[in-house]
Amino acid sequence: MAAPGLITKFTNCCLLRDHQIIRDDLWVKDGKIIDPMELFYRHKKVYDQVVDCEDALIAPGYIDLQINGGFGCDFSHDIENTEECVSKVAKGILPHGVTSFCPTLVTSGPDVYRKVIPRIKKRPGGEDGATVLGVHCEGPFISPEKKGAHCLSSIKDIDEDSSQALQLIQMYGCLSNIVIVTLAPELPNALNMIEFLAKENIVVSLGHSNANIDISIKGVEKGATFITHLFNAMSAFHHRDPGIVGLLASHYKNVFFGLIADGIHTHPAALRIAHRTHSDGTVVVTDALSALGLPDGIHYLGSKSVEVKNGCAYLAGSDTLCGSITNFAECIRIFKQSTGCSTVEALEAGTLHPAQVLKIENQKGTLNFEADADLIFLNQDLQVLQTWIDGKCVYKRSS
Amino acid sequence: MRLVILDKPNDVAEWAAKYVMKKIKDFNAGPEKYFTLGLPTGGTPLGMYKKLAEYCKNGKISFKYVKKYNMDDYVGLPPDHVQSYHYYMFHNFFKHIDIDPKNVHILDGNATDLEKECDDYEEKIKEAGGIRLFIGGIGPDGHIAFNEPGSSLVSRTRVKTLAHETLEANCRFFDNDITKVPTQALTVGVQTVLDADDVLILITGSSKALALHHCIEEGVNHMWTASAFQQHKHTIMICDEDATQELKVKTVKYFKNLNKIHEKLIEEYESKRISSSMLEFCEK
Repeated sequence: MAAPGLITKFTNCCLLRDHQIIRDDLWVKDGKIIDPMELFYRHKKVYDQVVDCEDALIAPGYIDLQINGGFGCDFSHDIENTEECVSKVAKGILPHGVTSFCPTLVTSGPDVYRKVIPRIKKRPGGEDGATVLGVHCEGPFISPEKKGAHCLSSIKDIDEDSSQALQLIQMYGCLSNIVIVTLAPELPNALNMIEFLAKENIVVSLGHSNANIDISIKGVEKGATFITHLFNAMSAFHHRDPGIVGLLASHYKNVFFGLIADGIHTHPAALRIAHRTHSDGTVVVTDALSALGLPDGIHYLGSKSVEVKNGCAYLAGSDTLCGSITNFAECIRIFKQSTGCSTVEALEAGTLHPAQVLKIENQKGTLNFEADADLIFLNQDLQVLQTWIDGKCVYKRSS
Repeated sequence: MRLVILDKPNDVAEWAAKYVMKKIKDFNAGPEKYFTLGLPTGGTPLGMYKKLAEYCKNGKISFKYVKKYNMDDYVGLPPDHVQSYHYYMFHNFFKHIDIDPKNVHILDGNATDLEKECDDYEEKIKEAGGIRLFIGGIGPDGHIAFNEPGSSLVSRTRVKTLAHETLEANCRFFDNDITKVPTQALTVGVQTVLDADDVLILITGSSKALALHHCIEEGVNHMWTASAFQQHKHTIMICDEDATQELKVKTVKYFKNLNKIHEKLIEEYESKRISSSMLEFCEK
C-alpha cells in the first residue's frame, strides 16, 4: 500500500508507548515508526496520507514464542509440507493480532528435526503472514517425568563425551534457524549445554523439568533467561523447595516466564500469583495446537492423537491436557481478566516482554521510533480490529 | 495599552485564541500574502494553543498561510529533549494544525554559530515584512521571552545568559538537577517584539500579580522588561482575576469597564461584516 518514502500518519488513536496509553498520532515511513519531530523540523514534511483509526488503541503486534501449529497443521507432525504449514499458520494468526511468532517443535527424533528445522527459515512478515522469528525447540533434552504430552522414546540424554555443538547439530541438523531451546537443567551435563546455547545467542528456556530451586538458579547463572509454560510440566511449588517456580521471586530479575493464559492450563489464581510476583517477566504464549481454529474432533500433536472437546485439547481417550487451542488475543484478554492487571501490563505480556526474551525489543514489541511498524488496532475489549505488518494493513475485521 | 481582565485562565485562553483567529482572518492571508505570527512557550499559552488547534480541526481557521516565529530556545539542548521549545511547539501546537513546516522558524540553540543564527533570525523577520502579531507571556519577574531583568529595552535577538533564579526555577524540569539546566538561551530582544504591529501578552495566576503591577502601574523599567510595552501602540495585556491581586482597584475598575469595547476585538467575522454594512447603510 505505502510506496517507498511515503509517510503515513495514524490519527484518532491512542498508543501504547513507554508503559503508558497516551493520546497521540503515529507516523510510519518505509515500514518503520518514525519521529514526527525530526520529520517536521529537519525534513520539513508532515505526512502524505492519513489513516483514521476511529479511536482504536494501537499496540505493537503480538509476539507468540510458543505455538505448535494451527489450522490443521502441526509443525512436528506434518513434516512433508513444512513450508506450507508455516505459511498457513503465519497467515491464520493475523486476525489474532500476532505479527511474529516462533514455530515450536515438540520432542521429536533427529530425523524429524533434521528434516523440519532447516526448512523453517526466519523470514519477514507481510500480507502473506506473520514474521517467522525462528524455531522454538521444546526438547528433546527434557525430563521423562515431566514429559507432559511429549513422546517418551524421543527424549534424549545429554552426552558428556561429545561436544555440545556436535550433539546439537546431530540432533537438530542446523542451529541457525533456532532461537529458543527448552530443556531441563537437572539432566546430567545440562548446565554446560545451557552455557553453550547462551553463547550461541540461543535463548535457553527451563521447562519440562523436575529441577529443584538450586539447579534452577544454576541454570539461570549459566545463561537461561526464560521458563517454558510456568506451572505446567514442572515440579510443583513447595515451600521448602519452590523449584523452577521459585525463580520468580529470586534475585534474578532478568528471567521471563511463559504463561498459557487460556483459562484452562493455568488456573486464574496461579496466573495472579505469577503476575503479582514478577509482572515484568510475564510472557503470554498460546502453546497452540494444530486444532487452533478447528472444530471439535480428532487432530494430531507430534505422533499422538489429540481430541478437541469444548474448547480444550486432550490426548485422545484421556484427561491429559496437551496444549491450548485458545488464540493469542483471547489469551491476553483472559490474562487481563484473571489477574486484574492494567491494559498496559496485559499488552506488554504479549508484546514488549516476548521481544525482550529474544532481545529484539528495539525492533519489535514496542512503538518506539525506529521500531518495525507491526501494529494492531484494538477496541476497549482488546478485540483485534486491524493488524499491520511492516506498515501495511494485513488484516481488517469485517464490521 | 489595553488590559483585558477575565475571570479564569480558561477565559484568557479562549479570548486569546479568538483574537488570533480574528487577526488572521481579517488579514485575509493567501499564497502571496502571509500572516506573520510570533509565538511563546510556557504554561500560560497552553490553553490558547489547545483552543486554536480545536478551531483548526473544526475548520474555523487555517494556518496554511501563516509564518510562525518563536521567541526563544535553550542553547545546547537537543531538539527532541522534552524541555526544548522545539518539542513544546511541535507537541502542543504544530502537530495539531495544518501548518507547513517550511513556515516554522525557531531559533536553533544547537547552531554552530549562535550569533549568526540570531542575526539571521532578525533578517528572516525583516524579509517577511515584520511580525504582524507577537504573542508573549511574562515571568514572575516581569521578563518577556528570555529578556531577564536588566536587559536592554532596545535589545535584538541574541544569546542570553540566564539568571540564577531562572535556573533554579527551571530545575524542576530537569530532574531537579541544576547542573542539567541549560545556562544560556537564544531569545528575541525586547525591541524585536516592540517592532511587531500588534502584541498580545498573556498573564495568569497570582504568581504573576506583582509583575503585572510593575508592568502597567509603574514606569518603564528594564528591571521589568515587559513594562516596555507601555510605549507600544497596539499592545493588549490579557489576564485573569488572580493576576490582578497587586493592581489598584481603580486600575481594575477602569479596564473592566472597557470590557464591552474589548469584546468587539474578538467579534466573529460574519457579525462584523453585518455591522459594517449596517454602518454603511446608516451613513447613507
